[in-house]
Amino acid sequence: MITLNINGKEHEFNDDGNMPLLWALRDVLKYTGTKYGCGKGLCGACTVHVDGQAIRSCVTPVLAIAKQKITTVEGLSEAGDHPVQQAWQDLNVPQCGYCQPGQMMSAAALLKRNAKPNDEDIELAMSGNICRCGTYQRIKQAIHLAADLATEVKGS
Amino acid sequence: MKHIENVSRRSFLKKLGISSTALVLGVQLPAMLTIPKALAGVNATDTFSPSVYVQIGADNIVSIVVHRSEMGQGIRTSIPMIVADELGADWQQIAVVQGLGDKKYGSQNTDGSRSVRRFYQPLREAGAMARMMLQQAAANQWQVDVSETSAINNTIVHEKSGRTLSFGSLVSAASTLALPEQSALILKAKKDFNFIGKSDVALVDGEKIVTGTATYGFDVELADMQYAVIARPPVLGSKVKSFDAEAAKAIVGVIDVVQLPDLEEPAVFKPLGGVAVIAKNTWAAIKGREALAMQWHESEHKNYNTEQYKQALAKSCDNPAKVLRSKGDTVKALADAKKVIKASYYVPELIHVPMEPPAATAHYHDGTFDIWACSQTPQSAQATVAQITGVAPEKVNINVTLLGGGFGRKSKPDFVVEAAILSKQLNVPIKVLWTREDEIQNGYYHAVSYQKLAAGIDENGNVSAWQHHVAEPPIGSTFSKGADLITSEANLGLIDMPFDIAHVSCAVGKAPAHTRIGWMRSVTNINHAFAIGSFADELAQAKGLDSKDNLLALIGADRKIDFSTEQAEYGNYGETLEKFPVDTARMKVVIEKASAMAKWGRKLPKGHGLGIAMHRSFVSYVACVVEVSENSNGKIKVHDVWMAVDCGLAVNPERIRSQMEGAAIFALSYTFYSELTAKNGVIEQNNFDGYQIARLSDAPTTHVEIIDSDAPPGGVGEPGVPPIAPAICNAIFNATGKRYRELPLKKYGIV
Repeated sequence: MITLNINGKEHEFNDDGNMPLLWALRDVLKYTGTKYGCGKGLCGACTVHVDGQAIRSCVTPVLAIAKQKITTVEGLSEAGDHPVQQAWQDLNVPQCGYCQPGQMMSAAALLKRNAKPNDEDIELAMSGNICRCGTYQRIKQAIHLAADLATEVKGS
Repeated sequence: MKHIENVSRRSFLKKLGISSTALVLGVQLPAMLTIPKALAGVNATDTFSPSVYVQIGADNIVSIVVHRSEMGQGIRTSIPMIVADELGADWQQIAVVQGLGDKKYGSQNTDGSRSVRRFYQPLREAGAMARMMLQQAAANQWQVDVSETSAINNTIVHEKSGRTLSFGSLVSAASTLALPEQSALILKAKKDFNFIGKSDVALVDGEKIVTGTATYGFDVELADMQYAVIARPPVLGSKVKSFDAEAAKAIVGVIDVVQLPDLEEPAVFKPLGGVAVIAKNTWAAIKGREALAMQWHESEHKNYNTEQYKQALAKSCDNPAKVLRSKGDTVKALADAKKVIKASYYVPELIHVPMEPPAATAHYHDGTFDIWACSQTPQSAQATVAQITGVAPEKVNINVTLLGGGFGRKSKPDFVVEAAILSKQLNVPIKVLWTREDEIQNGYYHAVSYQKLAAGIDENGNVSAWQHHVAEPPIGSTFSKGADLITSEANLGLIDMPFDIAHVSCAVGKAPAHTRIGWMRSVTNINHAFAIGSFADELAQAKGLDSKDNLLALIGADRKIDFSTEQAEYGNYGETLEKFPVDTARMKVVIEKASAMAKWGRKLPKGHGLGIAMHRSFVSYVACVVEVSENSNGKIKVHDVWMAVDCGLAVNPERIRSQMEGAAIFALSYTFYSELTAKNGVIEQNNFDGYQIARLSDAPTTHVEIIDSDAPPGGVGEPGVPPIAPAICNAIFNATGKRYRELPLKKYGIV
């Protein structure tokens, strides 16, 4: 048995320890906010945080991250008001929205280590996340906006 | 929808898929299908349902049915905007309800950029009808003339006396009134719109999307549901030879192995066949599939190899089988020309790669199917499931989830049928999930194309002749085995070439298909606009003209074109030329607008170039200007894209802009990166490493302007795509002097 800490809650996992975290989250523990896109770590739709770092859950076996703190999009904030979530809504970033949980998790991890990323920082951090609808320009704007919102929150 | 009918609450609920059956079974409905308050726990006298699209509850909640599929174009926001505006609804008091697959809504086939184009009027009428009946009910109560009343924010107001009544309080009275005649409906004037044409409406599903609580096809969960992954034939038409079911069943979590019927062509929307592995989670199903050790019989399509096929298409262009447009005498005009320019263009086979691959969940019970799927076309899903499983269509309930992208892939319901067959056979709820490899290797492909163009320039420097030969496997081959000539695809940018040239000939060569050919966002407009938009620019060079001046000169005088005078049967996207003319004046307006936005003609930094193209498709007009640069290593970067769109009346300008931004990226992907190749009938790419898509670092800044228009609404989802590729290649030519005629450009080492 493996204990998984997801969004601050402990879960017992009794299945194949080699199962990628993505499928453990989605099929076993029913956290379906984290999406499948490629299964090979190529598209970023499955991005979650492990101890605050953005990782691709589709290529990370459950065994490899037991005991660490996993955060999914459902746990990004309690009220859906993380600066990234606010900025994404303010700018109507999503089109189909399917890749956006992964995009937001990558963006939130970036902002955690770099409170004021420039365009180049954003390109570097976000180019592992594909959006087929083509919302890149708004994602970039939304990360800048989220950085401003986070600063305002801290400043106030 | 041709007429509006009153429906009882009972049938309304049934058709919405909010039947009691689902609840009794303990089915966990996807969140987006949760019963709105107005539909729950009220009896028939407490609701008012003047049309299939609108229901108003005694609790003052207005339920608006969205019968089209949401795949990122914003239709779950745009349809409510249209209905709520005419109704005078309070945006905070509406519930958006996804319609079940049912022909009473009119077509639900969400492709062809026609949701707003086809339903703007019926939806307005539905809203107006409800509003007028509520007004009449209030007027009766107040004993005043109905003309003295108006509707605002879910309230009927009597202006003279200041009296008000909520919609909810009028539900019983309104339900007893006769439906007004369609001809008696009074629609709002444009100046009175509250939502239509406004850019400040937040996405209906925005909050759910950003909190990870939206339900896509992949996310549907039913009690006791099992997961299926299917090994499908690597070559179209290959039949199963052998497999190791025991090895698959030895994988922990695998429950069953089921062989599906082999496919008999034509493929239509039938499952491809193969072997399904059923498991208690997706991972076990994937591992089980790997263990199957599948062996396949050979298929007649095993000789499909991309390089040879390309040569065959080129040859076919030299010997066209059918002329589809003919004006004057092109052969003679080319012979008489002072100068003849020739060029050939190639666009490879492409695939949709929506971020969410196909997925469907089916539950067969008591002779009925309850199905949830990310489908663009619930009615054809219903019909195909019924036909193949032998269950009556009215017992096939297709619930449409959100779609994680569609682009045309999800208007083919083969994946829905797979889930239905398995659930019926195994008697459990089954979710079929396609992996990315499945999606790329077993798709309905965008046709590979070879095109040869020739133009004659006369002694005055005018283009006197235009000859366009195309070979591309037809979509018809998916529905009729052996079809090898395009038909309706010719309407998509080939025979509707708008240039004012005395002698024109458009012809097609044979091209037998070896994969399932389908439609992908803007379809063969992709191929034809790339060739025509590039070739037009090559003529600018030949004539020594500025690209934009040349484009305007080719289009010529303001006129409305009727291609039937040139022996062409032009479909005009199913619309009449009276309502949606091919209007060269509108073409020139978008060209001028995009040019002004880009400051066409300005001095550019060293290594930079601007390119321009214009294309009319789905009865809308889009011009774009692209700025590129070449760095010292010969690599190209796209900096900015300026797009001007005339799509008639703009219902949801904010989503029109986002569709244009997305179209630019969609086209950038195939312009620079995407290509499928086949070897011995097998598609060689299988994931995003081999089949590449533009990433954030590739993204230009896209600027969009919408031309103010009172013309009927045209298409939006697709028309932004076609002009981008030629504009990029024209910009590269203007920056570097190099002309690229084959996509994707990565093959030239410039990205």
